[in-house]
Amino acid sequence: MIRFDAVSKRYETGYEALTRVDFEVERGEMVFLTGHSGAGKSTLMKLIMLMERPSQGQVFVDGRNLNRLSAGQIPYYRRNVGVVFQNHQLLFDRSVFDNVALPLLIAGSNPAEIGRRVRAALDKVGLLDKERQNPLVLSGGEQQRVGIARAVVNKPALLLADEPTGNLDPELSAEIMNLFRQFNEVGVTIMIASHDLSLLKSMNKRVLGLSHGQVVHDGGLW
Amino acid sequence: MKPFRPKTPGSGRPAPQSGRTQGTAQKGAVQSKSRIVDRFDAWIAHHSTTALESLLRLVSTPLQSLMTWLVVAIAVALPAALYVAIDNIQNMGYSWQESSQISVFLHKQVTDTQAQALAKTWSERGDVVDIIYISPTAALEEFKLASGMGQIVESLDENPLPGVLLVHPSLGDNAPAALAALEQALKSEPLVADVRLDMQWVKRLHQFMVLAQRAVMALASLLALGLLLVIGNTIRMAIENRREEILVVKLVGGTDAYVRRPFLYTGLWYGFGGGLLALILLAIGLSWLAVPIAQLADLYQSEFRLQGLGFIASLQLVLAAGLVGLLGAWLAVGRHLSRIQPR
Repeated sequence: MIRFDAVSKRYETGYEALTRVDFEVERGEMVFLTGHSGAGKSTLMKLIMLMERPSQGQVFVDGRNLNRLSAGQIPYYRRNVGVVFQNHQLLFDRSVFDNVALPLLIAGSNPAEIGRRVRAALDKVGLLDKERQNPLVLSGGEQQRVGIARAVVNKPALLLADEPTGNLDPELSAEIMNLFRQFNEVGVTIMIASHDLSLLKSMNKRVLGLSHGQVVHDGGLW
Repeated sequence: MKPFRPKTPGSGRPAPQSGRTQGTAQKGAVQSKSRIVDRFDAWIAHHSTTALESLLRLVSTPLQSLMTWLVVAIAVALPAALYVAIDNIQNMGYSWQESSQISVFLHKQVTDTQAQALAKTWSERGDVVDIIYISPTAALEEFKLASGMGQIVESLDENPLPGVLLVHPSLGDNAPAALAALEQALKSEPLVADVRLDMQWVKRLHQFMVLAQRAVMALASLLALGLLLVIGNTIRMAIENRREEILVVKLVGGTDAYVRRPFLYTGLWYGFGGGLLALILLAIGLSWLAVPIAQLADLYQSEFRLQGLGFIASLQLVLAAGLVGLLGAWLAVGRHLSRIQPR
């Protein structure tokens, strides 16, 4: 599903965030990405989202070489990748429903389809009763779950999450991780960046450890 | 593809409902099936909802929007008012020009038959609309009636008045030059004693109008440029205000066109609204002036009445304002939207 082929990323400032990174994630896998801050987790995620382009090497997602995607194709590519952010990036000028509906509106689904899929996604994250509320009045955990609903509403084959539990207490974190696990069980490939080692251990999944822009660990954490 | 799409919501696509468990391959195939029709519908729907939402957004901040609309309206109303003024002066000038005629005085020995023959040849000219021959006898009769000096005229031994041909020229685009040429042609006729035409004012009016039209054009262009900047700046601020939203939309796969659309509509609404407001300002100004102008015209025994913008011209004005708004938005969007990229 994801393949990094000798990928390096050097920013214009001269800072080298990734150095010759190689790894592969199979379809349907759930992988954690860990490392201290500045190790390159975010850069790696941004390369998959095409928010950045690699300086060297190639990134393949779903068999497609991302280097070959033009700027005009990026929006259509992103519709197949769900993203969850640490700060959830919700829009507070609209309801929970409208936040979750945004990717479907953009992709041009019909209204009936949108209503059905948004409610299905909200049901999945347990927020069906809050669809009319403004996300501003929700708790941090609930906001994050709205973010997850938005990321999965398009039924992407790949789901990325950058520190999705960064601001949450352990109990809520476990809840969120459980959600991810459920999505993974129905076939979604998931990559989660997290520095919460105890959480990683409890999940018992493959872990990619990054340090100074290089992969230094690949496997379980037990 | 279209006949396969039933009206009942949701029933058109049974597969995605179970898609989650059936894996991604089948889901993709089903999705692409109804994609094109759906996308076109969605595209139309997005245009109309975006248009409406942009308008509602403007109305939701009435004071701020009204300010922009007023700026647009004033910039539009100013050249429009000048245009209306020129148009009216021109109308006035045309009605005078139409009544203008060239008086051709014939030599005294010219007979009625000769005069009528001359009138016939001249009336075939392209630049002559109409010729009236007034014989010396008829002229005398007219003089008797008009002057009230019938008795003195009766006592005259012979008629002192010459025959006159009243030539009604056709006035084209280049009135002064055409008139001068016609005057020359008439003068060169041996039967003609004198040609009278007061055409100095025609020349002056024509030249003045050409000048005034150019001045209005220049002013309108300058104001349009100003409008572009004003609307461009307003849109720039709107873009800054919605930076967060733009970032999220781009991250979940919004195309540049999708992101651009609401701002382009906002520009269009600023233009249209300003154009409509300009029409209202113009109508108020005209109705305020119409009565005194009519009274003034009456004092001069003139039928002249102030003419407003016609329906077509009004429509053109609003459309032009809308286009300037759209263009201003386009400039701002092109400059600022590409800078907002998710990082």
